[in-house]
Amino acid sequence: MLDLKLGLVDYLILALYTLFVLGIGFALKRFMRTSTDFFLSGRAVPAWVCGLAFISANLGAQEVIGMAASGAKYGIATSHFYWLGAIPAMVFVGIFMMPFYYGSRARSVPEYLKLRFDEKTRAFNAFSFAVMTIFSSGISMHMLAKIIAPIVGVNYHVGLVISASIVLLYIFLGGLTSAIYNEVLQFFLIVLGFLPVVLLGLADAGGWSGLVQKLDLVATSGATGRQFPPGTWSSTWGPMASPQTNPMGVEWFGLSMGLGFVLSFGYWCTDFLVVQRAMAAESMSAARRTPLIAAFPKMLFPALVILPGMIAIGQHVTSQGGFLPADDQTGIDYNMAIPAMLARYVPTGLLGLALTALLASFMSGMAGNVTAFNTVWTYDIYQSYLAPGRSDQHYLWMGRAATVFGIALSGAAAYVARYYNNIMDMLQLVFGFVNAPLLATFLLGMFWRRATGHGAFAGLVAGTLAAALHQSLTAPKGGWLATLHSYPSEMAQNFWTAIFAFGVCFVGTIVFSLLTVQRKPDEELRGLVYSLTPRVQEDPALAWYARPASLAVLVMAATVALNIIFW
Amino acid sequence: MSLDIRVPTGVLFVILGAILAMYGLVTGWTSPEMYTRSLGININLWWGLVLGLFGAAMLLWARWEWRRTRSGASCPSATKPATSHDESYR
Repeated sequence: MLDLKLGLVDYLILALYTLFVLGIGFALKRFMRTSTDFFLSGRAVPAWVCGLAFISANLGAQEVIGMAASGAKYGIATSHFYWLGAIPAMVFVGIFMMPFYYGSRARSVPEYLKLRFDEKTRAFNAFSFAVMTIFSSGISMHMLAKIIAPIVGVNYHVGLVISASIVLLYIFLGGLTSAIYNEVLQFFLIVLGFLPVVLLGLADAGGWSGLVQKLDLVATSGATGRQFPPGTWSSTWGPMASPQTNPMGVEWFGLSMGLGFVLSFGYWCTDFLVVQRAMAAESMSAARRTPLIAAFPKMLFPALVILPGMIAIGQHVTSQGGFLPADDQTGIDYNMAIPAMLARYVPTGLLGLALTALLASFMSGMAGNVTAFNTVWTYDIYQSYLAPGRSDQHYLWMGRAATVFGIALSGAAAYVARYYNNIMDMLQLVFGFVNAPLLATFLLGMFWRRATGHGAFAGLVAGTLAAALHQSLTAPKGGWLATLHSYPSEMAQNFWTAIFAFGVCFVGTIVFSLLTVQRKPDEELRGLVYSLTPRVQEDPALAWYARPASLAVLVMAATVALNIIFW
Repeated sequence: MSLDIRVPTGVLFVILGAILAMYGLVTGWTSPEMYTRSLGININLWWGLVLGLFGAAMLLWARWEWRRTRSGASCPSATKPATSHDESYR
């Protein structure tokens, strides 16, 4: 099937990478003196480092393998996840939300909710996030063990334990700083490891125009299950007029509101995995710039992760199959797009680099989840409810312990993921249930001072129930109670679940806030709500083009241009 | 600043670049057929050079930054107290 044999030089490269990430962990150990050092890097990290870590932590196994698979399955429309989804959300969180996250001195996202609302809202978020992040980490571990272990020549269990141990060690030693610095290293490895593969594949396909021709054949031949007009795989908006004209089965409204707004903003604005990296920045200005700095490479990532999938399906169809391996159920195993590209184009030597890049991406995603978990556990669950008032050194110890059992739990989650094939879809679902309403809670919390704790909690519960209700009343996935409406695809259904969850939470929070008393006086809400916070002063040392506003305008303009170019 | 990540990054890529480039040089001579899959290009050699250049650029950047903060004040983040509330609005 896939013929990937590793030479000595490949193992050497993998070993070198491992040595460096562990070395960085050891080098940082002596700087971990307080819990702030361990969980928040002492709030002393420069903007560019935070920015690269921000995007690297997000780029885990699901992203790399999944985006390539989607690139093969849907074509360049997959870029919507980046150009329509991620970029506007990243700009928004940097410009409008970081002043509250950073200015409130909250040590985590749930802690912001406690400061702004009350304990029960914090608890709701802390527990749901802790569970979600463990499962997410477990899925990363599972995919790593499943895909990389066989290539490297070890079995699943050994691969799982070894990679988990490496991440465990460097986070145990150096805390968030170790995770962040390694994420920067991993970022460069990912880019420099995948870029040659993409360049080779693109050259082989005949450049972009050659690829477009192949993709036309992919669309019209119906190789992925149905026939589509030519150009479907190489256009982002054109095929979005109706669910029937694109393989995703969505139309532009559901796409824009569901993915572009609710799901993306829900993730980038409220998920502690990424927000934590901005909270570690050395100043307010650096914190605001972190997501903006991250947005620039994020904009270009489709070329790195989606394009290989498109090249793979193009080659697969024009060579009458044989490029991508077969899957028993659907005919093509899209998840093997990246390994197939490696097998076809990459000689020994570069193979070691590309594999290390893959390993690095999995590790950075996992590290993101682990640091987010150990912080939420220690501050929002342990310190808040189980053992308050202990010494800072005790919580530092707890953070290290949480790293150990967090990874152990992730390992268990990995085996669950291995057993249940659809766990990844389930996680996407849970994301929609939890993140979508949370976005409404945050927007109202940050921009409407009348929002109360009871209102927020009621809104969250209502939103989550609405999501569950929507899922249980519609097809294709769910429909446990009845089927009132059938969506053309699972993706469309997910988008609309998110839209409903957001909408119900938004309205519910407003209604219940108006019905309850605002318990927090204005002084307590200062720095937490827009109307009660002084406008952020721009850092006078920054050149005009490096200011958050300028960066935001630049990245949005470039993203709009990309959307137009690939219309 | 506790550790300048530019330095380990630069060192790693210089070493990786050297390994790949040397490997490419050797195999380009002994077994050039392994490069048919990479469209006949000795990708190890070329990309090894790219990596080495990148690593060198990182190290130069680190040195430039080190010189800059040495001549001015000491490293700002090492001396900044992290908890002043007013500072957060800078």
